[in-house]
Amino acid sequence: MTKEHANWSPYDNNGGTCVAIAGADYCVIAADTRMSTGYSILTRDYSKICKLADKSFMASSGFQADVKALQKVLSSRHLIYQHQHNKQMSCPAMAQLLSNTLYYKRFFPYYAFNVLGGLDSEGKGCVFTYDAVGSYERVGYSAQGSGATLITPFLDNQLKSPSPLLLPAKDAVTPLSEAEAVDLVKTCFSSATERDIYTGDSVEIIILNANGVRRETEQLRRD
Amino acid sequence: MVSSQNESNLLSSEGDSQRTQYPYVTGTSVIGIKYKDGILMAADMGGSYGSTIRYKSVERLKQVGKHSLIGASGEISDFQEILRYLDELILHDNMWDDGNSLGPKEVHNYLTRVMYNRRNKFDPLWNSLVLGGVKNGQKYLGSVSMIGVHFEDDHVATGFGNHLARPILREEWREDLTFEEGVKLLEKCMRNLLYRDRSAVNKMQIAKITEEGLTISEPYSLKTFWNFAAFKNPTVGAEGSW
Repeated sequence: MTKEHANWSPYDNNGGTCVAIAGADYCVIAADTRMSTGYSILTRDYSKICKLADKSFMASSGFQADVKALQKVLSSRHLIYQHQHNKQMSCPAMAQLLSNTLYYKRFFPYYAFNVLGGLDSEGKGCVFTYDAVGSYERVGYSAQGSGATLITPFLDNQLKSPSPLLLPAKDAVTPLSEAEAVDLVKTCFSSATERDIYTGDSVEIIILNANGVRRETEQLRRD
Repeated sequence: MVSSQNESNLLSSEGDSQRTQYPYVTGTSVIGIKYKDGILMAADMGGSYGSTIRYKSVERLKQVGKHSLIGASGEISDFQEILRYLDELILHDNMWDDGNSLGPKEVHNYLTRVMYNRRNKFDPLWNSLVLGGVKNGQKYLGSVSMIGVHFEDDHVATGFGNHLARPILREEWREDLTFEEGVKLLEKCMRNLLYRDRSAVNKMQIAKITEEGLTISEPYSLKTFWNFAAFKNPTVGAEGSW
């Protein structure tokens, strides 16, 4: 008896890369704006970044329909939180919620690769990185998506993050200034665009600090 | 010993009729563009049954309420079901009788949720949809696939249209296209598809939606030219090819 195989997959990879870097008093969250399927480009100016709360921004790549559904679930949970607690969710709280939401669908996962960036309750930058089923940790910087393998070694080299095995525990946030970090992110994306076919068109950068939110766009190669 | 393999197969299409399907009668590409006054959409009228072109008068462009236009490719019977869902949606919207009506953005969102939810149940509606319209002067053009992938853009296409029409549109689309220019551009894309997509038929409709209203043209055919040098001697420069 031969087992019947699926002639259809409920998943697709719509590509894209996301990066986030935490600073002493800022956080940079960035993602390219290309949406692809197979070897085709569907659209060149699609945002992968979602504002979940005043101090929490999530950038997600992977299967777009799941990413959108995930953003919807988290946004609506945040709205309920605001109604019940009369305040915004903190970034670490949102981080836990995202993890739980992802694990909830452990046996039919959201095909979404996320980085959550924001400011913690002390105003320091925080970045949380996830896999598709909710495993997460707080880090100083992270990249996810199709260009992650190209960007992560470069960030490791440039940001010289201290080993998490050291005692006493050293702060993972980078000593770089905000402007230097934004410039670094732009460099990451232009490099990834060269070699990753799913990354390109333009990069959307969100900078979060004590003064509020700023948004920058930089054009990338469209080939 | 009765084999229980059918029931235990997560993706069996024999014992469980509510699962993954195959498409039977399908429509090919739909192309949509924004132009100066609204949205233009084009689709041919073919309904293929595998490799047979079985039906040649299938209307794949339909009106949705006051402000929207839907074009569908993929399984025709699933499109008919989607039209029934939309009919009920618009009916209930009208029954509020509050002077407000669903715009293209809302209809697109509704379709996205319908498609995604069916995908979650492993029982997709086997369509790629194009949804366009104008409301309060705002033009909108979006696309939804059978697994719920959705986006909006100045020009969209389904199926082969993504490969053959989008490149032409990327070169030649402009924000301020007039109606005549828009039609010419769409016809250029449809002609391209006619040459290269084997499921295409030479009988198509173009639909236009503006703030004023919607018109779907009578079916008509494109003039084709088969005397291109490349068509006459297709293997010149690549001997042994076909």
